[in-house]
Amino acid sequence: MTIRVAESAQAPSFQKAALPLLEDAQLRRNVRHATDVIQLKRAQVVAETVDWQELRTTASDTKAHTLRYLDHYLLQFEKACTAAGGQVHWAADADDANRIVADLVRGYGGNEVIKIKTMTSDETGLNEALEHEGIRAHETDLAELIIQLGRDRPSHIVAPALHKNRSQVREIFRETMHLPDLGDRPEDLTAAARRYLREKFLRVKVGICGANFLVAETGSVCIVESEGNGRMCLTMPEVLISLAGIEKVIPSFQDLEVFLQLLPRSATGERMNPYNSLWTGVHANDGPKHFHVVLLDNGRTSVLADAEARQTLHCIRCAACLNACPVYRQTSGLAYGSSYSGPIGAIVTPQLLNMEHGQSLPYASSLCGACYEVCPVKIDIPEVLIHLRGRVVREQKSALDAEALAMKMAAAIFASRRRFEAAQRLGRLAQGPLVRKGWFGNLPGLLGNWTRVRDLRALPPQTFREWWKQRAKNAERSGHA
Amino acid sequence: MPDARDAILERICSATRRGADENAPARAAEEFAAIARPYLRAGRLDAEARLHLFIDRLHDYDAHVVETSADSLPRTIANVLQQHGQRKVIAADGLPHEMLPRDFEFLAEREAGIEDLNECDGIVTVCTVAIASTGTIVLAHGPGEGARRLSLIPDRHLCVVRAHQVVETVPEAFDRLAPSATHPLTFISGPSATADIEMTRIRGVHGPRFLDVVVVR
Ligand code: SF4
Repeated sequence: MTIRVAESAQAPSFQKAALPLLEDAQLRRNVRHATDVIQLKRAQVVAETVDWQELRTTASDTKAHTLRYLDHYLLQFEKACTAAGGQVHWAADADDANRIVADLVRGYGGNEVIKIKTMTSDETGLNEALEHEGIRAHETDLAELIIQLGRDRPSHIVAPALHKNRSQVREIFRETMHLPDLGDRPEDLTAAARRYLREKFLRVKVGICGANFLVAETGSVCIVESEGNGRMCLTMPEVLISLAGIEKVIPSFQDLEVFLQLLPRSATGERMNPYNSLWTGVHANDGPKHFHVVLLDNGRTSVLADAEARQTLHCIRCAACLNACPVYRQTSGLAYGSSYSGPIGAIVTPQLLNMEHGQSLPYASSLCGACYEVCPVKIDIPEVLIHLRGRVVREQKSALDAEALAMKMAAAIFASRRRFEAAQRLGRLAQGPLVRKGWFGNLPGLLGNWTRVRDLRALPPQTFREWWKQRAKNAERSGHA
Repeated sequence: MPDARDAILERICSATRRGADENAPARAAEEFAAIARPYLRAGRLDAEARLHLFIDRLHDYDAHVVETSADSLPRTIANVLQQHGQRKVIAADGLPHEMLPRDFEFLAEREAGIEDLNECDGIVTVCTVAIASTGTIVLAHGPGEGARRLSLIPDRHLCVVRAHQVVETVPEAFDRLAPSATHPLTFISGPSATADIEMTRIRGVHGPRFLDVVVVR
């Protein structure tokens, strides 16, 4: 079994990849603008949801429960989906999944597919694998189309092209769609994509999608989207193939009443996204005649085996943690060497790869805790990050170089949050001689590598978490906790 | 690949430290039933306020809303179609005849090919349930609701919603949808849209650009 997550095995370390991005002012402006807008919208629709915390708790409990009985729920899904006329396939790793999909497409005589945005297919590198087999994949989500035609990489898990502005998109469309007179208003660009894709929706025989949720009880699949390209791919082709991670299963139809309130608000700041589609197997006279689900492991079972990091699999890929992350907002998703970026990428990529690659990712965080605050399924990302830093160092202990030794010391500190916090407090007391006007300049010795990337903000008199705790205490005292 | 299936299931069992266990389904069901659901399930608004909220939310999405009574429904539909200069309009199969204006000729869904869908001016359907708090219309694609492609390819969708079909909360909608859980379901919240370019919301990418909702009191 060879587990692969996009190109992450060949990717440079986060710190290295971040350097040129930090110098790209246009990119940073685009990312800041987009994440500011989404965060503001999210904050508004979350604030008006009086039972937001209760929804988060139930969602988190539901995911934790499902993972404890994951085999049972997957079997239940398989049975119900099959009874409704679908076919279920199991893929141990990325190559397995790609081969199954390619064989299906060829088996139906297709040499083209239309695709709904799926992070899972970015993970397995499906498009390249299909191309290798002579099958052309057309991305139909506007942002994915921009990425595909611009031969770029996704920088965000919900809005993969948010690092591009309108004039950059116009250049890509002008050239690849042969539209020399195309304007740069978002309306013009969207209309161009509509015309470009409509013919494909009506012609191509095979559709490929991911899954936001697999319902064990009914065997149904749920896709959440905005543009209608999803509905096109789900209903127009004769054959539909869904590639889904095994953690996407939820026990019952009713569970959607929780997740469908959390996901749109967290992802795009909408009360509900324009379209949610659910279907169960094959429906007579409506939609595809053949339906296949490919259930993908690709390292998920090893995440499951690590009790302290298992909550990583709760993720519903809303990207709220990316938008809130001060590190992501500086570098964009392009620094994470994987289709998964931001705080969730920092924990999911190295774990899927069994900590053999992406070891720099758990360090791509200031542990400020903003990701946990916004996560709709309550994944304690800082806790997992600290746990993974410990694993990185433990698993590198054979390498006897100085860096590993330094990392090992760091691991002892990072191993528990309390100890980490104590170290931060200690650091504040000891840093006196190194600080110039509140910033560390070039640090001596080993740590110098890190401060060469950017000035390290001197440890503030109070860390974010200390401040947060203090704030909660004060609030309690004044009677409105 | 049967061996991948067995291998994955086995890895899950060992990861969760459970052996293959015949009682798992029963225990899973028991634990699942014990999950607390302290969030709001039932709405708190009266019928009037609920309808008001629904219409408000629809306006937020740039949907076009008209209120009418059961008696004037055919006339209202005719007016809406006329207002937008719609001539070639497809009626979903199974739509109650008394709802449609007599002096307007509709194309029946069962007689419409893909070309007709692509070229027509609009379509008319009913729905199964509507959600006030999110401004959502849910189609279970039964009689009068059309196959999924009907409300997808044309540029304009007119949907008739009766007051008693409007619930306040998402959980209430799921209660009503339980009997249709294995139908194809489409949740529609405003016209199709994208914000992929500089977070500017653009209406109508691939689905209908215009959504007309006729609310029958
Ligand atoms: S970790 Fe939480 S906030 Fe981040 S993408 Fe996943 S669900 Fe969303």
